[in-house]
Amino acid sequence: MTFTTERRETRSGVGTSADRPDGIPKVTGDFAYASDLSARGSLWGATLRSPHPHARITRLDIGPALRVPGVSAVLTLDDVPGRKVFGLEEADQPVLADGLVRYWGEPIAIVAASDVEDANRAIAAIVVEYDVLEPLVDPEEADRRNETFRRMTIRRGDQTVRGEVVVEGVYETGMQDQAPLGLEAGLAMPDGEGGVDLFVATQWSHVDHEQIVAALGLPDDRVRVHLSGIGGAFGAREDVSLQIHLCLLALHTGRPVRMVYNRAESFAGHVHRHPSRMWYRHEATRDGRLVRVTARLLLDGGAYMSSSRAVMANASYFAVGPYRCDSVEVDGAMVRTNNPPCGAMRGFGAVQSCFGYESQMDRLAAALGMDPLELRLGNALHPGDHMPTTGQQITGSLPTAEVIERLRAIPLPPDVAASHPLHLPGGTGLTTSPDHVVRGVGYAVGIKNLMFSETFDDYTEVRLLITPVGVEVHTAAAEVGQGLVTVCQQIARTVLDIEHVAVIFDDTSQIGSAGSTSASRQTQMTGGAVLAAATELRDVILAEYGGDRLDGRGVWRQAELTVTIDELCRRGPTERHVRFRHPPTEKPDENGQGNVHVDFAVAAHRAVVDVDPELGLVHVVRIDTVQDVGKVLNPRALVGQVEGGIMQGVGLAVMERLVLDRGVVRNANFTDYLLPTFADAPPVVTVFVEEPSHFGPFGAKGAGEPPTISSTPAVAAAIRAATGRPITRVPVRPDDIVGL
Amino acid sequence: MRITVTVNGIDHAVDVRGAESLLYLLREELALPGSKNACEQGECGSCSVVLDGDVVCACLVMAADVNGSTVRTVEGYADHEVLHPVQAALLDGGGVQCGFCTPGFVVAAAELFDANPVPSTDQIREALAGNVCRCTGYGAIMRGLEELAARNVGGGA
Amino acid sequence: MDCDWPHDLDAALRALQSDPDATLLAGGTDVMVEVNAGHAHPAHVVALRRVEELRTWEGNRIGAGTTYTTMERGPHPALAQLARTVGSPQIRNAGTIGGNLGTASPAGDSLPFLAALDASVELHGAGGGRVLRWDEFITGVKRTARRPDEIIVAAVLPDEVPLRQAFGKIGVRNAMVISMVSACVMRYDDGRTAVALGAVGPTPLRARTAEAMISVEPAPSDATLAEFARLVSQEVRPITDHRGTEAYRRHASGVLARRLLERCLAA
Repeated sequence: MTFTTERRETRSGVGTSADRPDGIPKVTGDFAYASDLSARGSLWGATLRSPHPHARITRLDIGPALRVPGVSAVLTLDDVPGRKVFGLEEADQPVLADGLVRYWGEPIAIVAASDVEDANRAIAAIVVEYDVLEPLVDPEEADRRNETFRRMTIRRGDQTVRGEVVVEGVYETGMQDQAPLGLEAGLAMPDGEGGVDLFVATQWSHVDHEQIVAALGLPDDRVRVHLSGIGGAFGAREDVSLQIHLCLLALHTGRPVRMVYNRAESFAGHVHRHPSRMWYRHEATRDGRLVRVTARLLLDGGAYMSSSRAVMANASYFAVGPYRCDSVEVDGAMVRTNNPPCGAMRGFGAVQSCFGYESQMDRLAAALGMDPLELRLGNALHPGDHMPTTGQQITGSLPTAEVIERLRAIPLPPDVAASHPLHLPGGTGLTTSPDHVVRGVGYAVGIKNLMFSETFDDYTEVRLLITPVGVEVHTAAAEVGQGLVTVCQQIARTVLDIEHVAVIFDDTSQIGSAGSTSASRQTQMTGGAVLAAATELRDVILAEYGGDRLDGRGVWRQAELTVTIDELCRRGPTERHVRFRHPPTEKPDENGQGNVHVDFAVAAHRAVVDVDPELGLVHVVRIDTVQDVGKVLNPRALVGQVEGGIMQGVGLAVMERLVLDRGVVRNANFTDYLLPTFADAPPVVTVFVEEPSHFGPFGAKGAGEPPTISSTPAVAAAIRAATGRPITRVPVRPDDIVGL
Repeated sequence: MRITVTVNGIDHAVDVRGAESLLYLLREELALPGSKNACEQGECGSCSVVLDGDVVCACLVMAADVNGSTVRTVEGYADHEVLHPVQAALLDGGGVQCGFCTPGFVVAAAELFDANPVPSTDQIREALAGNVCRCTGYGAIMRGLEELAARNVGGGA
Repeated sequence: MDCDWPHDLDAALRALQSDPDATLLAGGTDVMVEVNAGHAHPAHVVALRRVEELRTWEGNRIGAGTTYTTMERGPHPALAQLARTVGSPQIRNAGTIGGNLGTASPAGDSLPFLAALDASVELHGAGGGRVLRWDEFITGVKRTARRPDEIIVAAVLPDEVPLRQAFGKIGVRNAMVISMVSACVMRYDDGRTAVALGAVGPTPLRARTAEAMISVEPAPSDATLAEFARLVSQEVRPITDHRGTEAYRRHASGVLARRLLERCLAA
């Protein structure tokens, strides 16, 4: 069935707001997410999870569960035939509990049954007895006990330097959750020959595949991981959640097995943003030159490693921010506790640090009697400067000063008394009238690396194919909603001048890894791979036929069509397969020095807030932002990424926090884990600075993470400006504003 | 027990086993997976459907309770090959990223515009405050719907 | 599971009397949350959506099946204000005042309004009908005096409902939020003032000392209003939970009550 609309369809190349190819099925309800997949005869999977953050399992009797009618399998760790642990950085997490449970919600057993009710009945029938142990939940205690996943040491420059003006502060960020709307879901289909096909929502199918084959003890080609439709990710789908479980159940029962987490289980089933505590000392000359930054960062990794080592690195490398500073001391500790495991979430450690250093920059400006933006401009990192932490020289673009200046130039919204309750703190709760309101404005600037670092070889493969009806772009890259699929089409269209481009998501047996959809890397990596493949293919074709132009009709020499597209497809070449890499990076030395990163992006945010200081309620009036994007490939999609990221930053600033009570999550649901609604969303003014990246298709830079990094501290700064309160933790509570 | 319900204009006689929700019935029994399950508490609106003329969260409606009722889901808005203006508006504005919230927005926004073809920005905001989006930050959704409202002022889309 | 779909009150009562363990289902916004979480497995449901008598709103007798959407458009400003804060439009189209009473959550949004008016709850059961005052009906956290054979049929407001009334609800988010503190203030022409608060005690409560103090003040000064706020904050019994701290709720109760009173006085 084809759909038409009254509007003109825009399907064009780089620089246009080309339509998403999956947009129509998404608005009609036809788009298939992992949770929509089913197969004839499929069973339903479910998971038994620990209610305790730390306990020894003294009895585990699955017998009663096996006797529940409709149950086909009940599996425990003993049923894992291969490697019994998995993990992104280190395989440190048991596929199912190994006798000890180390966090609230840790999976203990899995079942497959004829329907969801039988599956839940089976879960309830499993007999588990626990010897409840004291959980380690205090990160400082964990640090003292040396329970760490990683310690980072960064020492750069003369450590004896001191500044004339010194400000210190202690800051905290809470445990944010990615909360993608799409719940964890998958369908595993055994192939009848000892292998299995898994259809799943994930950020990196190949890394899932590695962990699955290891756990199943199977050769690589016996397991195929297929990307299904994905309902958002933001870091929640980098780690394995139900992938191994589903494959185990499917192979054990010989039947297709479906599993979908409910929301409470989803909170337990994926990692979260690391909570942090940060001690900072900033030292400057009296005229505002930053001379020394000392920071101690403490991040809580929870029970298992996930990607905590990399998050610790990021938080440490970006502990000073986009500023010049030649005397830096950063000590980072990523501790292991019995709190829920933390890992990737958009921003990946740079979020926490930015709240620390931007709060400090405002404190420093106040101590110096300087305008906060002037302080930042005076110390802003430029190309040619050295990263304050690693010493890496910035060789690509980094328009920090321009980003700040253009932000400052955006006119502020008018300060008029609001009449509609949605424009007042408290909203339709009618708590606040205009005379209870004080307005505040705050700024923040942030920096993020793009792509993976410290020698990680996150290559990406793309196979490009010209057919008589158009181009096929084959990739295993995960389209999670960000619009990579559209950008790939646009790049292929522009290079090959062929309008019809289909992006086909191959499974792990059909193509090599595209790397993770994370680290703001896919545009530069998979987009870059498409550019490389298309360019190489075009050049090879033109050379082969002596042509000077290629388009959808064929090969042209001057004004003459010398080879039709049909002929080209018969004779070839029509295919190009690339494994695309970014420039190499280095491992840091023992002081954290080295060319650790590939590329950087900066962004600045300004928040205007109206605060009711007596009740501690906040209304975010508007967020303005200027972002360093290299090149705008798709204006509409890029604005979407920026606005979405800002909303998550606002969420962390004023409302999002997983509440832990001795390791147990108290608000694992959408009633009490508050996501910003339409009624909370401020309008956003977005400006892009296009200074081309040295590495990126058409000069484009990844753009997904910078919006979440400095938006949070901008809101905090605005609240400080309105109230005079120190605001040293996010999310800000009403108590913090009131001063209780 | 057997109930009868009309969904998107088609009459169904269907078995309901227990207290399962209308959302479950639509997705698992009636092959209408367009309505999404994201929270099961009525806190996100991704399961929004129209029940006897009112927009509700299908996850909070007991399937048994729709006996004799009329339901409209996201699948009931495109007219064969023509998108509903709200669907087109969401696409045009860039308000679709991962799309998981989109079906709920289609239903809630379509009903809003049906009752009021020229809603103000604040009316749009308040009417859709029960539909959570995690990807877009709502800006693109708002722009698409504001433009639709503006076109309606001009005399129709 | 069995289900009855009565079309009138008598049929509903008969269905319930045949099985007083049956689950009464109105809008489903409370019941289905429990069902979806696996905490409730009703064996027998009596669905009330089709019972016209329950939706009837005549004068000050508000049928239990009246939805928040209907209340939002009704004649009582504070009731309309509180209805607007409930959940989302989807929730407001389904949730009912009878359901709010039946669940009797400490943070129930309609309850401070009913408490401020000393409204009553009309119940019908095997023994006939009876009317209980709100504080006889709500007996504890999520506990009411409803007998298993009874259906809540109406909220009954007193004949005298003052024009000066105001409602406010404090939450960290602008929609779909369970209140940290909610309050309703009524100011009668003779100065009598009712101050009811929700989410700051096991049941909605009236700040009687503060009421008594302010009722004799025809034109309270700033100092008097400050004292009023202080008395309110002393009378509430909040707890600390994952939604808010006791200290904040206590402080906010006084601030909110004062502002609502000022709004009434200015009207």
